[in-house]
Amino acid sequence: MTEVDITSKTIDGIGPHGVKVGLLRVLGPAHVWALGVGIVLVGEYMGWNFAVGKGGAYAALIACWFAGILYTCVAMIDSEVTSTVASAGGQYTQAKHIVGPLMAFNVGLYLVFAYTMLEAANAITAGYLVSVVATMTGHEGDLNQRPFIILVIMFLAWLNYRGVLATLTFNLVITAFAFAAILILFLSTSGIVGAGIMDHAALFEGHALPYGWIGILASLHFGLWFYLGIEGTTQAAEEVRSPARALPFGTLAGIMTLLIAATLTWYVCSGVLPWEFLGDGVNGSVAPLFDTARLSGSTGLVWLLGFGTLFATLASANGCINDASRAWFAMGRDKYLPGWFGAVHPRYRTPYRAIVFLVPIALIFALGAPLDQVITFSILSGLLGYTFMPLNIILFRRKWPLNSIKRGYEHPFHPLPAIMLLSLCGVTFFAVFLGYGTQLVAMIGFYIVVSLWFHFWRYRFVNRGAQFTMPWPKPQGY
Amino acid sequence: MAHYQPPAQGKASQLIDVVVLVVLTVGALFVPIWLGLAGAAKSVTAPVANPTWESLNQNAAQAARYEALGFTPESAHDLILSRFDYSFSIGALLTMIVVIVLYYFLILRFSEVEYREVISEKFGE
Repeated sequence: MTEVDITSKTIDGIGPHGVKVGLLRVLGPAHVWALGVGIVLVGEYMGWNFAVGKGGAYAALIACWFAGILYTCVAMIDSEVTSTVASAGGQYTQAKHIVGPLMAFNVGLYLVFAYTMLEAANAITAGYLVSVVATMTGHEGDLNQRPFIILVIMFLAWLNYRGVLATLTFNLVITAFAFAAILILFLSTSGIVGAGIMDHAALFEGHALPYGWIGILASLHFGLWFYLGIEGTTQAAEEVRSPARALPFGTLAGIMTLLIAATLTWYVCSGVLPWEFLGDGVNGSVAPLFDTARLSGSTGLVWLLGFGTLFATLASANGCINDASRAWFAMGRDKYLPGWFGAVHPRYRTPYRAIVFLVPIALIFALGAPLDQVITFSILSGLLGYTFMPLNIILFRRKWPLNSIKRGYEHPFHPLPAIMLLSLCGVTFFAVFLGYGTQLVAMIGFYIVVSLWFHFWRYRFVNRGAQFTMPWPKPQGY
Repeated sequence: MAHYQPPAQGKASQLIDVVVLVVLTVGALFVPIWLGLAGAAKSVTAPVANPTWESLNQNAAQAARYEALGFTPESAHDLILSRFDYSFSIGALLTMIVVIVLYYFLILRFSEVEYREVISEKFGE
């Protein structure tokens, strides 16, 4: 076994090779939970309902639980690898050490685009919410949502620029509020507190599975949206005080929270809103929990869920900026991208150039593309990343068997979670193909072109041996 | 193995690299949209003339919820009757499978070549 202990409090083993000012180690397990759940909880407030549109309400529930299994596998695998490869960039850094540079470059781009497009989707939803609130409070005519979309992205980018502790503490508070709002809506509309308004049997009558079994498969596409982003906890690896403890605890607590929130959200919304309205996130229900509150007849619930939706979008966009910029920064630091991006702010100790650079990219998506397209591209990037994870853990265990290096956490039942994850990813690719095949091929075509660009052009600027920064022995088989 | 010394990259070259990536990214998202190939457009295959809640296959509870949301049978017509078309050709499915497998094969193959260089230089041979 190597002499260097990755779980040591004195030697963290991150090896920021050449960067004289490191990221600040200030975060605890609660911040990791807030980062993971904060990014994802917005998936309960908007976007998941496209799954209802693709297959009906029951199909969306089955998709929700299958996606829950997929993400449980993701969280288990991620917890083991991240608690051992505790470095900014998350899965990007894992791929660099375990699979190889080109895979790492692709994974880095998956992360950046999944999070940047999710951030754009959040800003679109926030803009929509402001326009609805304006109408409800007496504004006449259509409110221009664009200034609010720009304001959301710029404000959160500024917050991220100023420091990670304030950013994630802000996330912790607004995520807790948004989660509590879902619980209160459930209690208030289910009849546990006050008169219930749910009527699942009547609303499902004649519409149980409108597309039959193929609709269940198709729903899995947007079923991922319930949880997409939980893997982002790994991006904080270089900024947590104790990676071996905080990362597995925060990530696994996060997925449990989301499983509860996703099921409650489905139950509440499908019991109040007709499925055709619920399933159309463009012309019908953009923000289903908010729409459910509107039908409750309670002004208090409307305001609560209005703020809950706004806070969820802000928390998610905030976490997305945090994660996308860390991945971009890490790639710049390794010269996978121009080295200019690998700088840390001398005062705030944040990857400020990466944060600023990604602002206009997010704005292009938020202002120029429809919500379902933006969500689909985010999901596709995420899905490509999840397909990488089983390959990653299998190679990790093969190259460094259990007792060859010290791991912060060892996930049980290997390789069952990896096989299950790979199978579910295959099914989800088919689900995306049903209706969104053009985007799927366009996205993979993009990754093939940039992979060739990286291998034949960009990689010449990368130091070979210096990429490997973990204090590990030589991998087996090399 | 001899230590590889990467060339220094000038600012103009760095800028070009960033522009290339941004153009490819924006293209991947927007070209399908501009070509009208994006998204699973839902369509109404069997429109109903002079719709009522009954003719839209809505029971009393469903109709009541639509009315509470501010819809009439006319305004809810397209929303209720629009459906995805999940028919597909085996050729299209096989194309998708080939593209995905080819993609992963490509990156795993190139990554392995690059990875052996990294390990060789890091640990020496």
